[in-house]
Amino acid sequence: MASLLGRFCRKLVVPGSAHGSRMTSTTACGSETVKSLNLYSAINQALHIALETDPRSYVFGEDVGFGGVFRCTTGLAERFGKNRVFNTPLCEQGIVGFGIGLAAMGNRAVVEIQFADYIYPAFDQIVNEAAKFRYRSGNQFNCGGLTIRAPYGAVGHGGHYHSQSPEAFFCHVPGIKVVIPRSPREAKGLLLSSIRDPNPVVFFEPKWLYRQAVEEVPEHDYMIPLSQAEVIREGSDITLVGWGAQLTVMEQACLDAEKEGISCELIDLKTLLPWDKETVEASVKKTGRLLISHEAPITGGFGAEISATILERCFLKLEAPVSRVCGLDTPFPLVFEPFYMPTKNKASSSSSLSSPSKNTHFLIHGFSRLL
Amino acid sequence: NKRGGRVKLQPMVMPQSEFDHAEKEGALYGKVMVHESVEFLLVQKPVSVAFGRFAVKIKGGDMALSRLTSRSNGISRPLSTAFGRFISTDTTPITIETSLPFTAHLCDPPSRSVESSTQELLDFFRTMALMRRMEIAADSLYKAKLIRGFCHLYDGQEAVAIGMEAVITKKDAIITAYRDHCIFLGRGGSLYEVFAELMGRQDGCSKGKGGSMHFYKKDSSFYGGHGIVGAQVPLGCGIAFAQKYVKEEAVTFAMYGDGAANQGQLFEALNISALWDLPSILVCENNHYGMGTAEWRAAKSPSYYKRGDYVPGLKVDGMDAFAVKQACKFAKEHALKNGPIILEMDTYRYHGHSMSDPGSTYRTRDEISGVRQERDPIERIKKLVLSHDLATEKELKDMEKEIRKEVDDAIAKAKDCSMPEPSELFTNVYVKGFGTKSFGADRKEVKAALP
Repeated sequence: MASLLGRFCRKLVVPGSAHGSRMTSTTACGSETVKSLNLYSAINQALHIALETDPRSYVFGEDVGFGGVFRCTTGLAERFGKNRVFNTPLCEQGIVGFGIGLAAMGNRAVVEIQFADYIYPAFDQIVNEAAKFRYRSGNQFNCGGLTIRAPYGAVGHGGHYHSQSPEAFFCHVPGIKVVIPRSPREAKGLLLSSIRDPNPVVFFEPKWLYRQAVEEVPEHDYMIPLSQAEVIREGSDITLVGWGAQLTVMEQACLDAEKEGISCELIDLKTLLPWDKETVEASVKKTGRLLISHEAPITGGFGAEISATILERCFLKLEAPVSRVCGLDTPFPLVFEPFYMPTKNKASSSSSLSSPSKNTHFLIHGFSRLL
Repeated sequence: NKRGGRVKLQPMVMPQSEFDHAEKEGALYGKVMVHESVEFLLVQKPVSVAFGRFAVKIKGGDMALSRLTSRSNGISRPLSTAFGRFISTDTTPITIETSLPFTAHLCDPPSRSVESSTQELLDFFRTMALMRRMEIAADSLYKAKLIRGFCHLYDGQEAVAIGMEAVITKKDAIITAYRDHCIFLGRGGSLYEVFAELMGRQDGCSKGKGGSMHFYKKDSSFYGGHGIVGAQVPLGCGIAFAQKYVKEEAVTFAMYGDGAANQGQLFEALNISALWDLPSILVCENNHYGMGTAEWRAAKSPSYYKRGDYVPGLKVDGMDAFAVKQACKFAKEHALKNGPIILEMDTYRYHGHSMSDPGSTYRTRDEISGVRQERDPIERIKKLVLSHDLATEKELKDMEKEIRKEVDDAIAKAKDCSMPEPSELFTNVYVKGFGTKSFGADRKEVKAALP
């Protein structure tokens, strides 16, 4: 699976489709060195570069000093000093509020929330303070230098409070940006963009991929533009949209569907807010079918927003209802995690359902999986 | 500690006693041991100068380092000489002196003499040994991947659970964070329920749906078992409000750690409790490390018992079950009359924060073994039992063997228990009778029954 990620990332197809797909600029030039890194190392590198290039940037959070619980911040305190990389006490609301203040004075504050499940005490600060700062002060003040990083998502044994995906809550807040990388190379570029973006950004890192995902990551300073979705895999029968760790699951589903003759187009949204509607729209206009997949519970998840928008824009081109393969409407369970998760089987049987291609027996095949 | 800290562990010091105890020889040895450890503490190390700094920081009002060098180790010297040694009977009362005097904030500290009985001493020993064995067994089960998820072990801190249980009833509520296995056991939970829940089986106390961090026992007013740090304290104050309302003469012990002590919601809860005179007792189990962060790195004032400001507080040696017992008794009386009080239990955990934390990256192994040697709660009780002739060494060893067997039996039984039914995934999201059940790949088949 790890190599798969590497494979499909390097398989970045040069823009060929007419919809002017925004391909990322992460091509490693021949002379640049790349190194095989996992996600936490890529993020670590990004943080090193960010702190190096801007002397007024700071990294803080719980336990970041020694490297953090996921080792994303190793070496930073030693290299940049305790004045720029420091631990905070256990108070998320305080940490984010502090970060907002720091950013309001023109600094870049890279705040770490230890697990996305713990971000809720800080929710008020993010929604009411960070998101609205520029707006309510008539552009006199802003906290654009704020970036909040949090590991999110299922990890196999996380249980209720170490596996949540709260991206939907933040996508409902105009004023902040929500960014989710899918792989080490993406993570480094997106994190650097997020830190340098003049708006507050909430950056969710799929914790499952911290060690699992290994990829060739360029060592130089590069940024991946925000609000640009990427077509990872071209296809013609159905469009699949996802983000973060879920893309690896969907990639597997795509491969399974290929065997049944269904050609899938896979899109990585990357930035959830503001999201790249044009790319998805163009893709759906081409294929006529859409399947969205995320780990968060289905009701009110971000898939609903995508579904509604695409319906509005591509209604006449849609050949089947928009399908969402997501987590169930329960608290994230402990032992029931395999039931809860939107696995590749759920995705592939859903895709064969909504895009029964030339052979009708797939329809029956798909239905039988319902029972 | 290794990374340059000033963690100040409560040294085992007793003031000079007037009685010439028969075990003086042992005490002298203890004194030598303490000397050596003090010297170790005072030596400047190239990598960590922490213990060097330990010597410098002498807080007034707390146990001063200077007293360490001139006193003897307190563990092996119970001052029950009034009764001398005799054959024990179950109901014989014994007075035990706590290891340290209490430090009080805005209240008068209780006396150091604790009334106990032989029965209680043996009970304490047995239950603490059971808790210890249970936690160690959980450690091995986790490493064998039978327990998944997270596992936060309580060994080293058993005295807090035991001392508290000794003076409260089942109507008094306890609410704690995720280090809850032993508290659950103390509240009357069975070993089988503990292991079944840890392994996610349906006979667990939370039907296997909670896991290590979410143990509950309604009939003993044990309100869990909470994952989010600090979130349980306002809940505890709410429970106290209900208790006051219903005029039950019961109190709530809201337990939290030194890491959680810096959460804003704690102070909000304290303010409300003090304003409305709620019978809530906030117990800070200060094991000096919030995960990997030493207390002095996280808190400007690590005197957690004073943090209530206008709320009285008491600092207690959390490794001494009798000190805990006395403090909780005092706190219960206080809370029923005067409103909230904070108890700071100075305790220590041998394991790391959780099973994924080795526990040695932020503190030295010497520190851990030092505490284990000098302050271990079970050892203390054992020495008391032996010195009072309540049981022989062999009897205690037999008890421990029995306990080991009990734990192993419970584990074996729990392993045989089945996992919860898949339909349990959907139950109890809302009140029974409403629950959306989604089947099929894209949730086309949805059943919802409205209440």
